[in-house]
Amino acid sequence: MIRVTLPGNLQTLAGTGRMVELEVSGVATQRLLLDALEAKYPALLGTIRDASTKKRRPLLRFYACEEDLSDVSPDDPLPGPVASGTEPYIILGAIAGG
Amino acid sequence: MSRVRILVGTRKGAFVLSSDASRKEWKVDGPHFAGWEIYHVKGSPVNPDRLYASQSSSWFGQVMHRSDDGGKTWETAGNQFQYEGTPGPHKWYDGSPHPYEFKRVWHLEPALDDPEKVYAGVEDASLFVSKDGGTSWSELPGLRTHKTSTDWAPGAGGLCLHTILIDPSNHDRIYAAISSAGAFRSDDAGQTWRPINRGLRSEYIPDPDAETGHCVHRIALHPSQPNVLYMQKHWDVLRTDNAGESWHEISGNLPTDFGFVIDVHAQDPNTVYVLPITSDQYHVVPDGKLRVYRSKTAGDEWEALTKGLPQKDCYVNVLRDAMSVDGLDPCGVYFGTTGGQVYASPNAGDSWEPIVRDLPAVLSVEAQTLA
Repeated sequence: MIRVTLPGNLQTLAGTGRMVELEVSGVATQRLLLDALEAKYPALLGTIRDASTKKRRPLLRFYACEEDLSDVSPDDPLPGPVASGTEPYIILGAIAGG
Repeated sequence: MSRVRILVGTRKGAFVLSSDASRKEWKVDGPHFAGWEIYHVKGSPVNPDRLYASQSSSWFGQVMHRSDDGGKTWETAGNQFQYEGTPGPHKWYDGSPHPYEFKRVWHLEPALDDPEKVYAGVEDASLFVSKDGGTSWSELPGLRTHKTSTDWAPGAGGLCLHTILIDPSNHDRIYAAISSAGAFRSDDAGQTWRPINRGLRSEYIPDPDAETGHCVHRIALHPSQPNVLYMQKHWDVLRTDNAGESWHEISGNLPTDFGFVIDVHAQDPNTVYVLPITSDQYHVVPDGKLRVYRSKTAGDEWEALTKGLPQKDCYVNVLRDAMSVDGLDPCGVYFGTTGGQVYASPNAGDSWEPIVRDLPAVLSVEAQTLA
């Protein structure tokens, strides 16, 4: 199981807690993980990535293992500790405001 | 016995306020969608328990919800708004061409005869319709592709289609207003449109009486006189008696004719409400006094309504979708402020009381009268 943490507004929208667990078959990538997230929680469709282009919304960031994966190719394999469920994949809103 | 439900959209969630016909004791339910910016919540006139809500976030984009139990529970609706074809440009703030980009839904207008049908006015300005309860949305591109649209430019809030009115005597006649393009009318259910801005005069555009380019803030009508429309423009309050063919100013003795909201009494089509705001540079009520102005003469002659409203040290704004009337007699009038107060008058504006005082900034207020 891969663990994903969601920002508060998306928890409200999906009706979940802070952490959700997802199954991804094969070599897990960011694209496959977000596909699985949107399939399990359809209310999130379009809120993390553009529903058509699958491009990340500009004010969201993807972190894991103390690294910023936001601009890493979505088809690269996820870091091992994320794929194994040891470390979470973190979706968060960028800081804006004072 | 009749009841009243007030649907309130705020910067940080939606609230449902409810009361019996006395409109003295209120139940406050919410926040729904806590943390989301709720531009508008509106119920179907056919089935008042069918509500539609528009949530928007700079981070997470556009989300839509519907409810079938008057807002107790909600389900996700469709949030895909695709312009037809390859959209052309509109003018940017600096006058340069700027491509159309969908940003958010400002206003929802459920159809008068079908709870599954709802119109959405969006930014960048266009009109969409859903015929399946908000699950899927189709653009009615005739307005966005009007020959004048490449010259439309956004107001400070964006290039938004914020007002949709359906003529209750002819559902094919639809009015829309765009900041800052002006007012438009369709007589074929939204397929084709023409500007209806004759008589408007706006000194902030190069040609003050141009066909389009006017920053119309709000339009209202009374069902018994659908050819009579009232308009709060950026500056000026106006009326048309011929479905928008020509307008004339009715600002009369208002302390300032800048403002956002305008609405019409539920029983008397000649009684109109506005809430003057100091100026376009200073978006607060004048002189620290929160005053609704009422005209019983279809404009020109206005009286200040102050009983129960703060008359000193008040510096709030009231945004364009944040006033509504119920259908009871005497008519209830409601408005919400950027300071988070929602005020109610159960007697057509003679006196006011706050229903709630400390909500997030109010973006929209819609009153429903329930059997």
